[in-house]
Amino acid sequence: MKYLYYPGCSAEATGKAYDISTRVLMEKLGVGLVELPDWNCCGATSYFSVRELDSFAIAARNMAIAQEMGEREICVICNACYTSLAKANRYMAEDPKVFEAVNGALGAVGRSYDGQVKIRHIMDILINDIGLEAIEERVTRRLTGIRVAPYYGCQFSRPMGAFDDVQFPTTMDRLFQTMGADVITDWDAKTDCCGGMMMLTKRDGALRLCHELLTAARQYKADVVVAACPLCEMNLEGYQRQVNQAYGTDFDIPVLYFTQLAGLALGADPKQLAIDKQVVSCDPVLAAIPA
Amino acid sequence: MAEEKIGVYVCHCGTNIAGKVDVEELTRWAAEQPNVTVAREYKYMCSDPGQELIKKDIEEHGITRAVVAACSPTMHEPTFRKAAADGGLNPFLLQMANIREHCSWVTEDRDAATEKSKRILGAQIHRLPLNESLEPIEVPMNPNVLVVGGGIAGIEASLKLAQAGKKVYLVERDPSIGGHMAMFDKTFPTLDCAACILTPKMSAAGKDPNIEMLAYSEVTEVDGYVGNFKVKVRKKPRYVDIDKCTGCGLCTEACVVRKVPSEFDQGLSKRSAAYIPFPQAVPLKATLDPEKCLTLTGRKCKQPCVAACGPEAIDFDQKEEIVELEVGAIIMATGFQLWDPTPETRYGYGTHDDVITSLEFERISNASGPTGGHIVCKNGQPPKSVAILHCVGSRDDNHQEFCSRVCCMYSLKFSHLIKEHLPETEVYECYIDMRCAGKGYEEFYERLMDENVHFIRGRAAEVSYIGLSEAEEGRLVVKVEDTLLGITRRLPVDMVILSSGLSPRDDAKETAQIFGFGCSANGFYLERHPKLEPVSTVTDGIFIAGACQYPKDIPDTVAQAGAAAAGALALVDNATVKIEPTIAYIDPEKCSGCHICVGLCPHSAIRYNEEKGVAEVIEAACKGCGVCVASCGSGVPQQRGYLDDQIFAEIEGAMAAS
Repeated sequence: MKYLYYPGCSAEATGKAYDISTRVLMEKLGVGLVELPDWNCCGATSYFSVRELDSFAIAARNMAIAQEMGEREICVICNACYTSLAKANRYMAEDPKVFEAVNGALGAVGRSYDGQVKIRHIMDILINDIGLEAIEERVTRRLTGIRVAPYYGCQFSRPMGAFDDVQFPTTMDRLFQTMGADVITDWDAKTDCCGGMMMLTKRDGALRLCHELLTAARQYKADVVVAACPLCEMNLEGYQRQVNQAYGTDFDIPVLYFTQLAGLALGADPKQLAIDKQVVSCDPVLAAIPA
Repeated sequence: MAEEKIGVYVCHCGTNIAGKVDVEELTRWAAEQPNVTVAREYKYMCSDPGQELIKKDIEEHGITRAVVAACSPTMHEPTFRKAAADGGLNPFLLQMANIREHCSWVTEDRDAATEKSKRILGAQIHRLPLNESLEPIEVPMNPNVLVVGGGIAGIEASLKLAQAGKKVYLVERDPSIGGHMAMFDKTFPTLDCAACILTPKMSAAGKDPNIEMLAYSEVTEVDGYVGNFKVKVRKKPRYVDIDKCTGCGLCTEACVVRKVPSEFDQGLSKRSAAYIPFPQAVPLKATLDPEKCLTLTGRKCKQPCVAACGPEAIDFDQKEEIVELEVGAIIMATGFQLWDPTPETRYGYGTHDDVITSLEFERISNASGPTGGHIVCKNGQPPKSVAILHCVGSRDDNHQEFCSRVCCMYSLKFSHLIKEHLPETEVYECYIDMRCAGKGYEEFYERLMDENVHFIRGRAAEVSYIGLSEAEEGRLVVKVEDTLLGITRRLPVDMVILSSGLSPRDDAKETAQIFGFGCSANGFYLERHPKLEPVSTVTDGIFIAGACQYPKDIPDTVAQAGAAAAGALALVDNATVKIEPTIAYIDPEKCSGCHICVGLCPHSAIRYNEEKGVAEVIEAACKGCGVCVASCGSGVPQQRGYLDDQIFAEIEGAMAAS
């Protein structure tokens, strides 16, 4: 099994741990990842709000490269990348005018795109291609003893819900249940917004949302929050101290990429998964999981 | 073919047709067509003076055929055929050319519309000389009426018909009639007790000698046609002899299986496997639940119900029974079901305690309900604050696009009941718009504002357990945007009532299919005309009433039930019924007796004559669907009014025009 892999910009910077742990996790599962050559930014949430058509064109350039390679799928890890790329596909399929305009733009750089490259979230691949049974077979360190809050964020299944329920996704729940963790399956906050880019433009608003999420994690007695998006992870973990300052709280809740925690279950070393690089120490989590 | 004199009548339909089609040009063109003697245009051809034009031309110009270029034949063909008949012309010598639905309404370009109208009209002018005079077939009328569904709509319609002396068969799927209304506590806006106004009607329906009640039964097959329907009803076995059962309830107390969620109480209380759904049930007879009864599911049981039953009514060997009924008309009153809010996961129905549906609240607030009418949370304590969320599943692209019409009003009723029972309790209504259109409805809304209910304009975003402050801890928190203040609010409450919309029954489509009519896009039964025939269906003799047609409240339902009963009565009160003569016939000289059409006829209207070795159409049973015509290898069956040469002439006319 081999996938064409699109890491996305964040995974090269603040979200480096997501990229590192993804590669380790897939290697443990015997799945190869080939990085999409010369990929570019997906446009993320901001670009399509400002210049929609242009954002589709730059997203589609990635798919055009995959098409040139004869590939039909791209594996994406970041929720925002996933939604942006898939959205370009969807609009191209639904509106011939968009299809034409995008191909017009691609034509200017000598490319074209037929709209047929499928965008797959890594969770989709884990659950539907590899399968929970196969994953369970490879678990060497069961995650018993820790209580996990699965945090999906806004764009994991919204708006398209291609592989999970739009409002109440459960794939991450099932993955960590398979790995033996005590998963908070009725966590109301699982798709609440972390504030996203607002952390840079309207900080008090984003901090309020993060405060709400962290309160929810504590209320449900989570030992660790697992995220599937670099922005979610950074807001929840990296800004915990600011939340504490703004709200007089004392949060010290470890937040990990779900690939990091899953990698642990498959026997990878915490250092290998960049868990030692987290802002909030994960030592209590590591200590709680039986070796 | 003798020389025919055709009259052409082009209708403007106000601007409906004239706005797109150049009606003067069309009329001028029509006058030049072969056989056309007169061609006229008029603003509203369906009006009296319009119809008069046709009659006068028949008298004065000796018109022998007529074509009206106007709306769809389903709209006004009967009107104009009657006008032709009044003028002395056989009604089947008049054709409709549909230049409204098929042309002006769906064509943007005026020239194109005019051109198209010529082709549509030309087709009819060309076929008219081939039309034959036909006489309607008259058959005896069966005066009995079948009413399907025993809610307030079905009960009301049955009582009205019985009062007129007609025999009524009232079929109800559940063990008792009463429907949803029997579950309610109060009714808006007058706050009458639902039971007080419904149970007398239920009991009257149960006692009326003209009403034969078939409870715990379902219609499985409908055949025949207006005036002479043949209906098969499956009577499910109750495992209780209803002639012997006195409804004393001793078996329900004796039964050892006691933990079956009560359907009537929305699962909030338990019933036995031997049960009577509620104390005022009609018929007041016990039923053994075939899925829960130990004996009936092949498990061991000492059968205390048998020992408890004085009249020895329990009968484990009872089998289902198919009853065949013959009726002249049918009224469908199969009602609605509450939209199940489980898919709306953000509101936590099914996962959060004390998030309940409106129907559950009806039972909780009902004096004969599971809590004896005390409004309490799951822990038995009265709520200090309650949020009522409007439009759950309604006015929502993801679920039901339509407004369910009754939810604003029943939500107001809930607020009133809570304030009445628990004056200190805060009540929040989160609404999109308050839709209080009805007699006394807006006044009721005003009254509730005076009762200090908090009205928050905004659809609730979510209901969560996540408490951000002491006041919120351990409570349900409703997040909602208050669109009047432009802020988001968090409402900590102890109970959330989801004002779910009304849905078509899960099996509405299949049911409609059994009876031979259709459903609208939203799944409710389709009426023949949304304004002028709201209680008729496309199938003659079958009427609809109540919420099976569209969500409606009790007053509207009762009014519609009366209208449906009047419609049925106007039909079955005649001694005979006329059937359209546009049915199939088989030329015995040409039929080879291959049997193909016999098996294909969906109405069993073709029999095989052994003696002559040919197929024959049973005229009274044929509905003119054309299946036999299309299926015969030798093209022998022909349908009157739709003969091959008539259809070919139409096609030629359409191709040749202009």
